[in-house]
Amino acid sequence: MERAVLKAQEAEPVDAGSVTEPVEATRATPAAPPRFARARRWLLLHRRDIGTLLLGAVSLLVFLAIWHFLTKYRVNIYVRFLNVPSPEQVIERAVRAFHDPKFAAHVVLSCRRILIGFMCAAVIAVPLGLLMGRFRLIRESIFPVTEVLRPIPAIAWVPMSIMLWPSNEESIVFITFLGSFFPILINTLHGMSLVDPVLVRASQCLGAREVAIFREVYFPATLPHIFTGLTVGMGVAWVSLIAAEMISGQFGIGYFTWEAYSLVQYSDIALGMICIGVLGLASSAMIRGVGRLVMPWTRA
Amino acid sequence: MSNTGGTATKGLVEVEHFDLSYETLDGGVEAVRDVSIRVNPGEFVSIIGPSGCGKSTLLNAVAGFLKPTAGTVRVDREPVEGPSADRGMVFQQYSLFPWKTVRGNVEFGLKMKGRDKHSRELAARTLLGLAGLSQFENHYPDRLSGGMKQRVGIVRALATGPKVLLLDEPFGALDAQTRVIMQQILTNMWQRLKISVLFVTHDIDEAIFLSDRVYCMTARPGTIKAEIMVPLERPRQQAMMMSSEFLALRRGLMSLIREESLKAMGGEIGDGALQGLSIDLHGQSLADVI
Repeated sequence: MERAVLKAQEAEPVDAGSVTEPVEATRATPAAPPRFARARRWLLLHRRDIGTLLLGAVSLLVFLAIWHFLTKYRVNIYVRFLNVPSPEQVIERAVRAFHDPKFAAHVVLSCRRILIGFMCAAVIAVPLGLLMGRFRLIRESIFPVTEVLRPIPAIAWVPMSIMLWPSNEESIVFITFLGSFFPILINTLHGMSLVDPVLVRASQCLGAREVAIFREVYFPATLPHIFTGLTVGMGVAWVSLIAAEMISGQFGIGYFTWEAYSLVQYSDIALGMICIGVLGLASSAMIRGVGRLVMPWTRA
Repeated sequence: MSNTGGTATKGLVEVEHFDLSYETLDGGVEAVRDVSIRVNPGEFVSIIGPSGCGKSTLLNAVAGFLKPTAGTVRVDREPVEGPSADRGMVFQQYSLFPWKTVRGNVEFGLKMKGRDKHSRELAARTLLGLAGLSQFENHYPDRLSGGMKQRVGIVRALATGPKVLLLDEPFGALDAQTRVIMQQILTNMWQRLKISVLFVTHDIDEAIFLSDRVYCMTARPGTIKAEIMVPLERPRQQAMMMSSEFLALRRGLMSLIREESLKAMGGEIGDGALQGLSIDLHGQSLADVI
């Protein structure tokens, strides 16, 4: 009886991929040497990814080509490309900028502002969101305030921020903080509201008390939403930072870009823009990477 | 009565004169009325009834998730005050923690008890082995089939050594073949561990095949309509489901349940709907008419 049971269990469908793979491999190319067959299978399995990659590269090249021709022939069809730098000029400028400590200082300072502002936002907004999600009284007393402040764009805070903080540096960091704070808070709160109550009950049946339920159920259940909030928050943090730097900064990549316009150094405008884009991309990639690391169960 | 050799001494569940009602805009709704049930130590008891009869409500009250409006719920003479690891629960939706591996899920209750890592690991591995899940201990739940998930659910509930195991339609979402295997696994575990089981289901065959005793509930407000002993010997075999004894029990329960299901449905679709089944089509087949 017992043996029959165990046998029956083994017959259950388990992991279709791992079962069918070796069979497929031998059937696909019986004559080819095994190494070559594996490489071929790899190409076959990843042909869609390879296609995506190739298409992406082609589309970027086409973009560069259009940019090149628009600036080469100084196209003027209502939109004016007369003073727009060509890709070659920007690349040449970029190469020089990489050896220029002043340019590096701008980038480093912007990154530092982001790091401090964003970190402060995360450290405050995540626990606050968790507590607001868990305790009705905290939620109902704080939520109205956040709802009133939330629609105000971080840039609108610039004059107020300059009044509030003793130095320019602190006020810019504060703007970045505000930009990322609300997306993180709202997403954390939303995640808390979606926690499956049956999981909470399951943990209670296993002897979990308040602190353990919070740590073992609410927090991990909300983590994917927290990371959504962090990603969105990081994006808004960059938007706010660049705006703040353009308005009130003396350093930073946003200031660099704005100053380039005043100094008629048109290549620097494009360089600053590209630099901002790359930094934004890198910082969200970093958050995604951390997310995958701390949430191994979401990996496919 | 139960075939556990009389060694079980803990896990006496007593529900007495249990009432549950709640308020809505249209006034009070009586979900369960004056229900008294009992699970003796080591006994396997099922509650069966039409949907919405309050059988899950009753189970949740024993688990400690809700308080009765009137009446008492006691386990080993102690009134139930709230959920605890004494009463393990298995849910229909599996309810495994998706962020924990299979072993992490099984270890959870022991972790809450403050057991050290090594002994937790050992206990979890042993139980997973019994359920045929050893090779999946490091998998996350979303990679498992429904049957495997529920085996983990059962093992997780048993890991803390509860006095009573509560199961809320645990195999309702599984296909028929998997369901039969799961029933055998559950019986096997129950006999090895000698604990009391309270099992909620709407499947008559399942209730008879598994239980020592079956309570049949009425449609809302839920009351106990009948209590049926299942004298089939243990260990039970699949073939018993064809025996005349089994079929007689099945017929009896069928008619009890059918009556109640019709009553429950009557409220939803009106009395006329059931008469519709016998409309005279004047010798034409239904396909011709349509």
